[in-house]
Amino acid sequence: MKKYTCTICGYVYDPAQGDPDNDVDPGTAFEDLPDEWLCPICGAGKDQFEVEA
Amino acid sequence: MNEAFRAVQITDHVYWVGAIDWSIRDFHGYLTSRGSTYNAYLVLGEKNTLVDAVKAPLKEEMLSRIASVLAPEKIDYIISNHAEMDHSGALFEVADVVHPEKIYASSLGNKTLIEHFHTDREITMVKDGETCALGNLHFTFLESRMLHWPESMVTYLAEDRLLFSQDIFGMHLATGERFTDEIAEHILNSEAAKYYANIILPYSQVVLRFLDKVKDCNLEIEVIAPDHGPVWRKNPLHIISSYTKWAAQKPTKKAVIVYDTMWNSTALMADVLADGLMEGGAAVKQMPLGTSHRSDVATEILEAGALVVGSPTLNNNIFPTVADVMTYLKGLKPQNLCGAVFGSHGWSGEAIKQLEVLMKDMKVDLVADSIKAKYVPDQDVLKYCHAVGKQLAERLAAVADGDQDGIA
Repeated sequence: MKKYTCTICGYVYDPAQGDPDNDVDPGTAFEDLPDEWLCPICGAGKDQFEVEA
Repeated sequence: MNEAFRAVQITDHVYWVGAIDWSIRDFHGYLTSRGSTYNAYLVLGEKNTLVDAVKAPLKEEMLSRIASVLAPEKIDYIISNHAEMDHSGALFEVADVVHPEKIYASSLGNKTLIEHFHTDREITMVKDGETCALGNLHFTFLESRMLHWPESMVTYLAEDRLLFSQDIFGMHLATGERFTDEIAEHILNSEAAKYYANIILPYSQVVLRFLDKVKDCNLEIEVIAPDHGPVWRKNPLHIISSYTKWAAQKPTKKAVIVYDTMWNSTALMADVLADGLMEGGAAVKQMPLGTSHRSDVATEILEAGALVVGSPTLNNNIFPTVADVMTYLKGLKPQNLCGAVFGSHGWSGEAIKQLEVLMKDMKVDLVADSIKAKYVPDQDVLKYCHAVGKQLAERLAAVADGDQDGIA
């Protein structure tokens, strides 16, 4: 599973860690995050993320 | 109580109780040529509320201004819109004097204040869009994430139709005047643009979303009270429309040539490139880095269409002043630029390749092969510089927004 970086604030979504503060379990692929999921730092939508190089 | 300073009334209920910093010139790398202010506001009603604070060393100036209209211990609430230390530095020390009933911040504001001050003081977290009646006055809190920190929020005071906008719509400008309508417009425009270019630019997409969000809230905004510089009490739309324009980053026909030089070779190439640009009808601004500050370069880029970068190669690297500015500009994420790279070298010339990589990272569209000169540019190189200048001008003429000529 790939990591994704927020192009607005630089936050990295790591599927191994998930986003526990927002009820996303570790092991959740970025693609499987709900459409309404937002960057936990800056509130950007999923479409603002890019695959980490 | 220190009675040295006075508050300035802004609206029916709001007083400015900030501090003026006439001497600051280096604001974490931003050249604040005209100083700055740290604005705190005192809202007087059945309950009294302080909005934001000042830098820690200026606490006494703020307390003195507060005391000119209200005994500080009569403050009931403190609202922290932005946790950065120029607005929060004195916050908890003032709270120790004031003993407020509550301190309000966004949820991330709470976290960020704790990460700064390691305090166990309770902070009341407000929700995005929440309205609180504090005494007879109504405050609406709107998150403004990444403008310009994750925790940032703005607060609207309904009774005075006033938006406390923290750093948004602000500028570094120390003045005796507290209102924009008392200050020459060219100074306001240039300092507001400089602030946008150096602080807000990377979050331009967020600006557009934020402006839509404010519009959707149907707030009647008559006064904008930012945390730096003067208050917009007449025509706040002026700064809102400037933000809309800057956030769009439409290219103009202006080219900014950023360079440094060791033996005048790269400078000569810059001059000839500029001449080609001018002949092609572009507007040109040369920024020789021996005498140009990185934050002024950023301001020039804000309303430009091309970034042209030149560096000598020094010990197999980009010249340090050029590397400094390019690192800074990359972080500011300017959009929609075309450009070119040039420079002279003695024996290896790595700076050109390193700059090309940087420019590609910044998504600057390079319109021509980079220009390299060995030691001193000969006539062929200078002819090519002129041609590249003209080529850039043609590109700018094709992409520039018709309404903007790039000349600020």
